Amino acid sequence: MKKQRSTFLFSVLCFGMAFLYIPMVMLVIYSFNYSKIVPVWGGFSTRWYAKLFESEEVWNALTLSLQIAVINATFATLLGTMAGLALVRFGRFRGRTIFSGMISAPLVMPEVITGLSLLMFFIALQQLVGWPEKRGMTTITIAHITFSLAYVAVIIQSRLSGMSQSLEEAAQDLGAKPFRVMFDITLPLLTPGMMAGWLLAFTLSLDDLVIASFVKGPGSDTLPILIYSRVRLGLRPDINALATIIIATVAVGVLIAGWIMIRQYKKQKADQQMAAS
Amino acid sequence: MTIFGFGWEIMTNETNYQDRQWLDPDAEPFIQLRGVTKQFGSFTAVKGVDLDIYKGELFSLLGGSGCGKTTLLRMLAGFETPTSGTIYIDGMAMNDVPPYERPVNMMFQSYALFPHMTVESNVAYGLKRDGVKKSEIAERVDAMLSMVELSDFAKRKPHQLSGGQRQRVALARALVKRPKVLLLDEPLVALDKRLREQTQFELMNIQDKLGVTFIVVTHDQEEAMTLSTRIAVMDQGQFMQIGTPTEIYEYPETKLIANFIGSVNMFEGRVVSNDDDHMLVDSVETACRFELGAVAKAEKGAKLWVAVRPEKISMSTTAPQSVGTNQIKGTVHDIGYLGNMSIYRIQLDQNGSSEGGSLVEVTVPNQVRPKDGKHAIDWDDEVYLSWHPESSVALFR
Repeated sequence: MKKQRSTFLFSVLCFGMAFLYIPMVMLVIYSFNYSKIVPVWGGFSTRWYAKLFESEEVWNALTLSLQIAVINATFATLLGTMAGLALVRFGRFRGRTIFSGMISAPLVMPEVITGLSLLMFFIALQQLVGWPEKRGMTTITIAHITFSLAYVAVIIQSRLSGMSQSLEEAAQDLGAKPFRVMFDITLPLLTPGMMAGWLLAFTLSLDDLVIASFVKGPGSDTLPILIYSRVRLGLRPDINALATIIIATVAVGVLIAGWIMIRQYKKQKADQQMAAS
Repeated sequence: MTIFGFGWEIMTNETNYQDRQWLDPDAEPFIQLRGVTKQFGSFTAVKGVDLDIYKGELFSLLGGSGCGKTTLLRMLAGFETPTSGTIYIDGMAMNDVPPYERPVNMMFQSYALFPHMTVESNVAYGLKRDGVKKSEIAERVDAMLSMVELSDFAKRKPHQLSGGQRQRVALARALVKRPKVLLLDEPLVALDKRLREQTQFELMNIQDKLGVTFIVVTHDQEEAMTLSTRIAVMDQGQFMQIGTPTEIYEYPETKLIANFIGSVNMFEGRVVSNDDDHMLVDSVETACRFELGAVAKAEKGAKLWVAVRPEKISMSTTAPQSVGTNQIKGTVHDIGYLGNMSIYRIQLDQNGSSEGGSLVEVTVPNQVRPKDGKHAIDWDDEVYLSWHPESSVALFR
């Protein structure tokens, strides 16, 4: 009986895994395809990788995407943390419920609407004050910050409400003024949340296609826009290579994060054992 | 104050008030609460309380959850401001003083140790904020850590400590600033029983050594009894009684207090006569006449309750030689054997029959071992209960 159930579970697991990963595995395999026509196997080759590194267009898109992602993540973390702090820690102020609802609205808003509204906003702004002069990196970054900060604020809010307020009260009790408490106690304890928020904002920006395509200008293609516009003209083996590199990078990142988490967990276990003895 | 009987008289005759400043009419209270009320929306957590606490006291606020004791403590610490009324500490009104400028420190219920700092920096934190010189900080932190016997753990983080050690770090951190008042919120609740008893005495020793005024919030009556110089029993935002542990236990003022602290047997009755030195009361339920020590202002015919603690009742299987007051007959209904003592539940005879009478609790120290599984007084034995007139208390509400 038990054996039967475990084979059943195992096959379900295999099916689920296959569903998730076969497309990606195929993409990786075909990136090593010699043939220029994607679905036809022409033998093993790394020539699309070499070609990829020669293409200036791809390099430009990659650096632009990374630049936007870093700036976006940094500003979104700053603003999102401030919003989260205000909503959780500053007691009940007038309209708090509305604010906290509004801050999480971008999470459920269709991207098309966010993109369209931002585009109209930038055009209106340009007509009124003459800035931003043209759409490009600046407008994409601003657009990304507006929606990523909502994600950061949500992370910070949940982290803060799980954090006992008595720590901050204890610091006050020991003579720290509120501003001091923020830097000595609140922010250090929020660091993991802020790091998580930064990483999330970074990946959100790196992933985004829809909003960026609304607010981008000529010659400011981010990596997702580049990939999409090329694939639209037909499947191309060098894009497979690019995708494979992205998959590999993400996988390495996840592995490192996992390794750090396991190490921390083991250390914590050891500490607790030390405390008990 | 004569209602407390002769034991009280002996205590007040002493002219030295050193340990009992609250009896000294000239003593200046260190902490004063005047008409302090705290409302949260429509809920009143603390209702216009007045309280005097004297220097060097170990004062307990005792009560169940939601009775307002923690709110009162948080108002003393400055985390809540009274809706009305004033709190004075050392003669200064505290209402507009923020927590970080008050001469009080608090030990939090969950200890609230800063998880990202070592034991040492936790203890040093308050001194750093006060701008104390580095060399002095090191000195005082060392002295404090050795007092709580944690010198070897100075470099550890809080999560590397056991519960008892964390409790001592929290205590050290609160005391290192030499506060005038230390507020303790359920200081022992997170410790297991054995550690709790040990820590109770440690706390008392430290308090004695430093002479700091301690205010303890607790829901554990045993803890309050052993620790405190005085206890304020709270219910629904008000004080029900304030007094020494002995006063609260031996001379409760209301039925509620008598029931809240320890267990008690209560007999309803009516006053038959009331002289200067003793009062006679007839029981409503049993055919028994109670005799009590002098009670102020109880008119003949007044309804009252006679309260007797279980350990004050003597129990015997032989009938008393003469019929007198404070004697009841009953049958053993239940025995709870606790090792050091036994709790007996005695069913009283009602109007001659032993059916349906109310239960009386009696505790007996087990001076003799039960033989062959049989107690000296066993199930269904007929027993005679009696107690001294001075051992019972008359309660009117």
